Amino acid sequence: VGKGPLNDDAVMEIESLLLQADVGIEATDYIIETLQTKLKAEALPPDGAIAYLKTILQDILDKPLAGKEDKAFVPEQGEFNIWLLTGVNGAGKTTTIGKLANLGQKSGYTCMIAAADTFRAAAVQQVKVWGERTNTPVIANPGKNTDPAAVVYDAIAAAQAKNTELLLVDTAGRLQNKQNLMAELAKIRRIIDKKAADAKVESLLVLDATLGQNGLRQAQVFSEAANLSGVVLTKLDGSAKGGVALAVTQQLNLPIRFIGAGEGIEDLRPFSSYEFVEALLNG
Amino acid sequence: MFDALADKLDDAWKKLRGQDKISKANIQDTLKEVRRALLSADVNLQVVKAFIADVEKKALGEGVISGVNPGQQFIKIVYDELVKVMGESNVPLANANEPPTVILMAGLQGTGKTTATAKLALYLRKQERSCLMVGTDIYRPAAIDQLLTLGNQIDVPVFEMGTDADPVEIARQGIAKAKELGVDTVIVDTAGRLQIDDDMMGELSRIKDTIEPDDTLLVVDAMTGQEAANLTYAFHEQIGITGAILTKLDGDSRGGAALSVRQISGQPIKFVGVGEKVEALEPFYPDRLASRILNM
Ligand SMILES: Nc1nc2c(ncn2[C@@H]2O[C@H](COP(=O)(O)OP(=O)(O)OP(=O)(O)O)[C@@H](O)[C@H]2O)c(=O)[nH]1
Ligand SMILES: Nc1nc2c(ncn2[C@@H]2O[C@H](COP(=O)(O)OP(=O)(O)OP(=O)(O)O)[C@@H](O)[C@H]2O)c(=O)[nH]1
Ligand SMILES: [K+]
Ligand SMILES: [Mg+2]
Ligand SMILES: [Mg+2]
Repeated sequence: VGKGPLNDDAVMEIESLLLQADVGIEATDYIIETLQTKLKAEALPPDGAIAYLKTILQDILDKPLAGKEDKAFVPEQGEFNIWLLTGVNGAGKTTTIGKLANLGQKSGYTCMIAAADTFRAAAVQQVKVWGERTNTPVIANPGKNTDPAAVVYDAIAAAQAKNTELLLVDTAGRLQNKQNLMAELAKIRRIIDKKAADAKVESLLVLDATLGQNGLRQAQVFSEAANLSGVVLTKLDGSAKGGVALAVTQQLNLPIRFIGAGEGIEDLRPFSSYEFVEALLNG
Repeated sequence: MFDALADKLDDAWKKLRGQDKISKANIQDTLKEVRRALLSADVNLQVVKAFIADVEKKALGEGVISGVNPGQQFIKIVYDELVKVMGESNVPLANANEPPTVILMAGLQGTGKTTATAKLALYLRKQERSCLMVGTDIYRPAAIDQLLTLGNQIDVPVFEMGTDADPVEIARQGIAKAKELGVDTVIVDTAGRLQIDDDMMGELSRIKDTIEPDDTLLVVDAMTGQEAANLTYAFHEQIGITGAILTKLDGDSRGGAALSVRQISGQPIKFVGVGEKVEALEPFYPDRLASRILNM
């Protein structure tokens, strides 16, 4: 792997950077090969390698949106938008829902939250706190272990009745190898598509930046169950780089839409491939 | 077991047909495959380097590999070394001579501390060890509600002072309460925190100084990547841990984080979390995890 203008030391250095950022060994091999090919084909000086590396990484991250005219990620005004947040346990779904509700309200959308995590202890209380903080109504079912798809159904009805523009759906954390839980998620997605056929649906996978290579598997399986359209990368305020998101983007052609950079209500930012790559490669 | 890796190692070995003696030169391809396997399992790069160096030394010491399945034989060396590094058998929870035994839970956000607190309490209750859980997470919305709900589920009391009190003070009074109740063990749940957050690490350190725990358990998500090494280093250096709990092992992550945690802290992984339910806690068995890390 990686034969080309770069010498072994340079390859090792770049490889270490990428591996330590959780890019994963396969994506790392691919990136280094691409870099070598590019350096060779364009007869570029090896000492400019890092600059080219950055372009390659940014290209990977920007590719899912290449050719799209409107790259800004916002709900459509005056329309019914449903944003479904999914992911494994503890990734940051509920917190992101809170941050999105804040962003939505501040941008003048009418928002609502569906509390469709009916399983975890105090999950509904948690999302209700975010509802209060952001002045957003929360639709929940007070019963215990109720069907989350039923909550989503009720929430869609409530949102439609009130001409809500943005319905944010919080789901329970689930590990992608739990078939029954993934089937439950698929059912939620079906309900959304059926009950709100005209809605503009975004299905977002929440990935924790601390994750290792399991993130790839998560993206594959959640894509099938929830028909994903993008990724939110959380906990980037830590020292983890979230490199697996790069592999996810490359393999599944999913754009990263937001990054979470803290536990506070304002700690959500639109994704910038430039900033992400700078942070990934700079120590 | 280990089929995919074994195949690769066999392939690496076939290139050396006829050379059944292990030498520094002919072992390199094989070591590279092991390195790839460990990295794909999320073992930290620095930990992998040290581990590979050890395996190389060990393999050279063994001298000869022969027969039809050299890959299998080599894997045995790797496997044995993994088991050895992770600590041969499981280490139990602390049990103080004078009750209450004090256990402090610590870790990054969302790793499973609160759930593990309840799991441990239930586990101890089944051993006739009575428990009190203390909720010091005043930050995460409904964190105290979560602990109260879990306490209710398993019938274990929870000490809390709401979200306006100082976590250090809650912990201090929680221990006093445990003594008053005469419980055997008190488990202190804490808020998730980043190891680079000095204020929050300072708070945790003060909690620890105040309650002088018998066990300080770092709760680590089995899906953690390279960061496992950094966070373990920081928590051990700044707080001092005596063990770890590896959570979410019911998933399909390979769990290489375990090796990093063990190598960096030198402290044992005591339990693993294998589900969302409060019963889903098991003692840690290094051999099982070694298989998991290598099984591709
Ligand atoms: N540092 C940091 N912490 C975060 C971020 N996003 C979420 N968290 C924390 O991570 C923990 C888990 O967040 P939740 O929002 O409850 O995660 P979840 O995916 O809803 O969890 P489950 O519903 O249990 O699967 C909480 O302590 C959050 O405060 C982030 O961007 N940075
Ligand atoms: N599948 C599975 N889920 C788990 C396990 N342990 C915890 N969880 C889930 O992981 C998520 C986070 O668990 P918590 O116990 O809230 O984590 P925490 O470390 O207390 O989180 P913070 O207090 O926000 O830092 C919840 O959805 C739990 O149900 C486990 O062993 N397996
Ligand atoms: K970071
Ligand atoms: Mg949640
Ligand atoms: Mg907690």
